[in-house]
Amino acid sequence: MTTLAAPQRTEEAAGPSHRASRPRGGRAGGHQHGGRLAYAILIVAALVSAFPFYWTIVAATRSNAELAKTPPTLLPGGNLMHNFQQVLEQADIGKALLNSLIVSGAVTVGTVLFSTLAGFAFAKLQFKGRNALLALTIGTMMIPPQLGVIPLFMVVAKLHWVNQLQAVILPGLVSAFGVFFMRQYLVQTLPDELIEAGRVDGASTRRIFWSIVVPIARPGMAVLGMLTFMASWNDFFWPIIALSSQEPTVQVALRQLGGGYVHDQSVIMAGTLLGTLPVLLVFGLLGRHIVGGIMHGAVKG
Amino acid sequence: MTLTAAAPPRTARPPALLRRRLAKLSPYTYIAPFFALFAAFGLFPLLYTAYVSLYRVELQTPGQMQWRGLGNYSALFGDDYFWTALRNTFTIGVLSTVPQLMMALGLAHLLNYKLRGRTVFRVTMLLPYATSVAAATLVFAQLFGRDFGLINYLLGLVGVQPVDWQSGTLASQIAVSTIVVWRWTGYNALIYLAGMQSIPAELYEAAELDGASRWRQFLHVTLPGLRPTILFTVVVSTIGATQLFGEPLLFEGSISGGISHQYQTLGLYMYEQGWGFFHLGRAAATAWVMFVLIVLLVLVNTALARRRTRKETAR
Repeated sequence: MTTLAAPQRTEEAAGPSHRASRPRGGRAGGHQHGGRLAYAILIVAALVSAFPFYWTIVAATRSNAELAKTPPTLLPGGNLMHNFQQVLEQADIGKALLNSLIVSGAVTVGTVLFSTLAGFAFAKLQFKGRNALLALTIGTMMIPPQLGVIPLFMVVAKLHWVNQLQAVILPGLVSAFGVFFMRQYLVQTLPDELIEAGRVDGASTRRIFWSIVVPIARPGMAVLGMLTFMASWNDFFWPIIALSSQEPTVQVALRQLGGGYVHDQSVIMAGTLLGTLPVLLVFGLLGRHIVGGIMHGAVKG
Repeated sequence: MTLTAAAPPRTARPPALLRRRLAKLSPYTYIAPFFALFAAFGLFPLLYTAYVSLYRVELQTPGQMQWRGLGNYSALFGDDYFWTALRNTFTIGVLSTVPQLMMALGLAHLLNYKLRGRTVFRVTMLLPYATSVAAATLVFAQLFGRDFGLINYLLGLVGVQPVDWQSGTLASQIAVSTIVVWRWTGYNALIYLAGMQSIPAELYEAAELDGASRWRQFLHVTLPGLRPTILFTVVVSTIGATQLFGEPLLFEGSISGGISHQYQTLGLYMYEQGWGFFHLGRAAATAWVMFVLIVLLVLVNTALARRRTRKETAR
């Protein structure tokens, strides 16, 4: 139903999902066939990209003693369950997975919602100070939030939020990139005529937002959601400051595993495997769309 | 919300009727959630960092602040380890950014050919981007192990003596950089690929008619067309390199970046000041130095890019 509503621009609207397999402008750029050498280099690059994952599986299914053998073992073994058990005992990875799911879920929902609201306003509404505020948003996109952790920590300490999940959820909701991404998306996909038609029918802005803007923005929101979820799941610096082993996210637990207290390499790798699996699962199912989202965002960046 | 009535007439596309109607809406409620959070958790901490850097603040008592003037900065500049961290940040930055972007450019060029299974290639190359710093570093720390690491084993097969990837300065910095290169090369390749696809095909056809080889096409069509994209990736990678933290922290799990600080970066130094030595004020001073450094580097990057563009258009 959304495709009917957005004639001509449907290709853009569906962009992130189909772009990956069909470059814009038909065959712009990709006009030559790849030679054997091209395939050889790409295959090597793909193997290098994938090997550490394979190695994680191998190491997680072996024992520490087996890992110390020469020549090294390159096939998975049968020690996985034992290693998993060790991880659960030593780093409470079960709680960490649950916490990460809560944090990343909340951050994703909040970021996508707030970015779509603000992106819609910046793309289609007229108001005083719009350009200045947009410039401020874009300008701060480049400033690493890491540089603000000290005051952030002081605030969180004052609120007695240290070791509580809201300490990582609330700052995680700030995404200048998200606002910019949704603005670009809506500028391209949402025709002014549609909003006008909604107004003529007497719909309030809120109505227009939920029944016209959101359906059209949905593919963009999905891509932003995936990118946000991955970034939040993998966020490292702030969680290790704001949280501890009492209330860990996966990354905090991994830090604890790698912090030198656990010497069993196979146990460390089993923890790494557990912590990476959820993201890999998302990536395996939606990898194509994530590729499309990154390339889509890049052209605008 | 009544502010909107004062919206100035703009030369934007919406027709008059729509514009008048939209002016009645309350756009500020749509941006309010973002800006409220942004002010509290984005802008305020950044600005307040400069303020905190002028005080003595202890980690255990973050509510008590004692004026120190520029004392934190003079302590910083008098600390040899600060300069070591600055130097390390620079060398690791070069060791990770340069090969990463060059390889990404090459891979993007190959990915831009007509390929079988190109989605598989793209997705696989983006896999490292999906892993966390922590996971990637733990795996690589093991691969770089001195005694049982796979990398030393492979080097041994071609007759190279085992390298001590942890304690050697250059060796450890190469190892840490490798993790960065592995994680970000595919991502940058996709960014370049997107840039390449927006170069009009006619330019290549014209170059082909002129008898330009593939290499010359790459030099004279692809590279100039990619210039804004390249600048973007250089800036982003530079910023990332300046605040590098997780890789050196987890490589051995030490907050001093190795036994003689041989791969401690500024990001890690800041963490050590604040959460190792409990000096939040000094950590804030470090953060502020990093901020200034980033601004300077970005300015240098853009200035260089602008000069090159001007030179070439003058030619």
